[in-house]
Amino acid sequence: MTRNRAGSAVALTLSVALLAACTGGTTDNGNDAGSDGEEVTLTWWHNSNAEPGQGYYEQVAADFEAENPGVTIEISALAHADMLTRLNAAFQTGDTPDIYMERGGGELAAHVEAGLTKDISEDAADTIEKLGGTVAAWQVDGQTYALPFSFGLVGFWYNEALFEQAGISEAPETMDDLYAAVDALKAADIEPIAVGAGDGWPAAHYWYYLALRHCSEDVVNNAVAERDFSDPCFVAAGESLQELIEEEPFNTGFLATPAQEGPTSASGLLATGQVAMELAGHWEPGVMQGLTEDGQGLGEDTGWFTFPAVEGGEGDQSAALGGGDAWAVSEGAPDAAVDFVEYLLSDEVQIGFAENDMGLPTNPAANDAVSDPALADLLAIRDEAPYVQLYFDTLFGENIGGAMNDEIVLLFSGGTTPQGIVDAMQAAADQEG
Amino acid sequence: MSSQVRKRLEIFFFVAPALVLFALFVVVPVIQAGRYSVYRWNGLGPIDNFVGLQNYADALRDQVFTGAVMNNLTIIVLSILIQLPLGLLIALLLNREMKGRTALRVIIFVPYVLAEVVAGVIWLMLLQPRGPVDAIFDALGLGGLKQLWLGDPDIALYTVMFVLTWKYLGLAVILFLAGLQGVPPDLYEAAQIDGASWWQVQRKITIPLLGPTIRTWGFLSMIGSLQLFDMVWILTGGGPANSTMTMATYLINQGTNRSLYGYSSAVAVLVFVISLVLAAIYQGFVLRRDAQDTPRTKKVKR
Repeated sequence: MTRNRAGSAVALTLSVALLAACTGGTTDNGNDAGSDGEEVTLTWWHNSNAEPGQGYYEQVAADFEAENPGVTIEISALAHADMLTRLNAAFQTGDTPDIYMERGGGELAAHVEAGLTKDISEDAADTIEKLGGTVAAWQVDGQTYALPFSFGLVGFWYNEALFEQAGISEAPETMDDLYAAVDALKAADIEPIAVGAGDGWPAAHYWYYLALRHCSEDVVNNAVAERDFSDPCFVAAGESLQELIEEEPFNTGFLATPAQEGPTSASGLLATGQVAMELAGHWEPGVMQGLTEDGQGLGEDTGWFTFPAVEGGEGDQSAALGGGDAWAVSEGAPDAAVDFVEYLLSDEVQIGFAENDMGLPTNPAANDAVSDPALADLLAIRDEAPYVQLYFDTLFGENIGGAMNDEIVLLFSGGTTPQGIVDAMQAAADQEG
Repeated sequence: MSSQVRKRLEIFFFVAPALVLFALFVVVPVIQAGRYSVYRWNGLGPIDNFVGLQNYADALRDQVFTGAVMNNLTIIVLSILIQLPLGLLIALLLNREMKGRTALRVIIFVPYVLAEVVAGVIWLMLLQPRGPVDAIFDALGLGGLKQLWLGDPDIALYTVMFVLTWKYLGLAVILFLAGLQGVPPDLYEAAQIDGASWWQVQRKITIPLLGPTIRTWGFLSMIGSLQLFDMVWILTGGGPANSTMTMATYLINQGTNRSLYGYSSAVAVLVFVISLVLAAIYQGFVLRRDAQDTPRTKKVKR
């Protein structure tokens, strides 16, 4: 790339430093680069750019520096979208930070294939064992490339007060229950469901969940591995979604509604009591708090239920959809970077992470430390779920995932058929070859 | 002789930095896009999956892309059909002596001065469901005419078109006003003596003499419509259901969001070709009139 040349001055100085650090590490035979007093600088990008997260991570880095003399950690706390943009640019120039966030699945696989991400299967073996099955989404060909520090679920967040007002006493458990709730809410003149179809993925989550309900775990795994979506259960998922859309449960103008920006976004509508529920991830209470003036979101009225069961579906009716964030080490980073990532997943750091309600910790030792009741409930559900499926768009990577999400949104607008979604996915998959 | 050399050196000295920047940031990327367009490449790793013209074939078969091209063409045609008569009318009105003329000229021109992103965000907020625009409709008793301005795939393109007209009408008016200053006043006097009505004067004198200005504006308007991105990106992001997708938003979608860098390079080349062809046609059939005399005399001389 030509951009390489432009930024080469910067890249050169950085890579010289990295190289020096790297060779130092390897001659040490994998010991702590810092232990014999060698100077190592690690760059770390994260997206906790608000308190208490930002301050907590500064403390964590300072603690690590104190324990490992000679190691300096340069932190960049970035807004989430900025971080993704800068990471993309960094991947293309090869000038990646030593420690960064990976969402797993197809995105990670592309980075691994391009030789950008370090295989930490052996260096971090103990931590990987401790984290258990959650690590699977960050494995490519059996090797582990990142350690998940937060893993959450998607489900329906709802306003208990509005449900009560519409005379709904119990959270829906089946699709029929959901339809009954939708009718009851409409009868009470309340818009039932907000969906940020303008951003694509919030609408797509419905299809993913319905696919989980219609397809068995084996079918999904096989489809992912073979990039073959010909099993009729995927079309059935689209048909169930079409049925739901025809009930017209969604907020006015949902095709143009953004997911979480501003008071007219799907999260904003739920937070301000204008709709009764929304399908969203574990981040939702935090997002809603940011969208209300008192900083409380729905407060006491916040309720959660898992995606309803589909009668006659061949999939596991209590399987969950979710995803998370993991710390990855870039290829060529000093060995101390792996030590630091392991430290980030240690009992001590994860407990602090949980106490600050920064996410759903993956280290079981931190389970009891989650203080937010909504997150604590979610954590219990996550650990009880027979299996948690990674978001399909992340799993399939940007190309197939993007084609799939776009086509699902078209189904919401009546512009395609259930078969059309499968065709679009298959076409994108075949194109990748 | 030495002064000649010196002059050349001076020219080289002052032009070189600009040329280097132009080559580095315009020429090289254009050539690179041509090269990427025959590969399948996700932006990471080596570029080695040569696919020939497959990317071009895929783009031309893709309904979203052809839909985007149609949207661009619709915007070109509607821009000219709406903004030309409206701009002319306002320019003719503002060209007359009247109270508050300067103030009106400023008001008409203000939207054009406003940054595109700022204007887009303001309109985005105004056009929300149950937003200020809907409130105005209700207040006027026209609640029944309310639409999902940006949320209805059948309406959104026209909403975008309305905002674009609001934004760019000022440019047309200012250009036409400038053109009107070039119409000799004695022609008006002569017409008046001959007893021509106001309408006849505009039709027979003003508009024909405004021809070159109108044709230049038409060219600017067309180029603007072809590269339309910012306003659409902010108002709809190309949605709902791809109904406002333009060639430029499609490019970003496929390139940046889906990491199909090879494919989107092919789309970029296609966009370049489409723009070039349209510009050449316009140049050949419309703008040629303004340079009528020169080519003809040349031909005679030959």
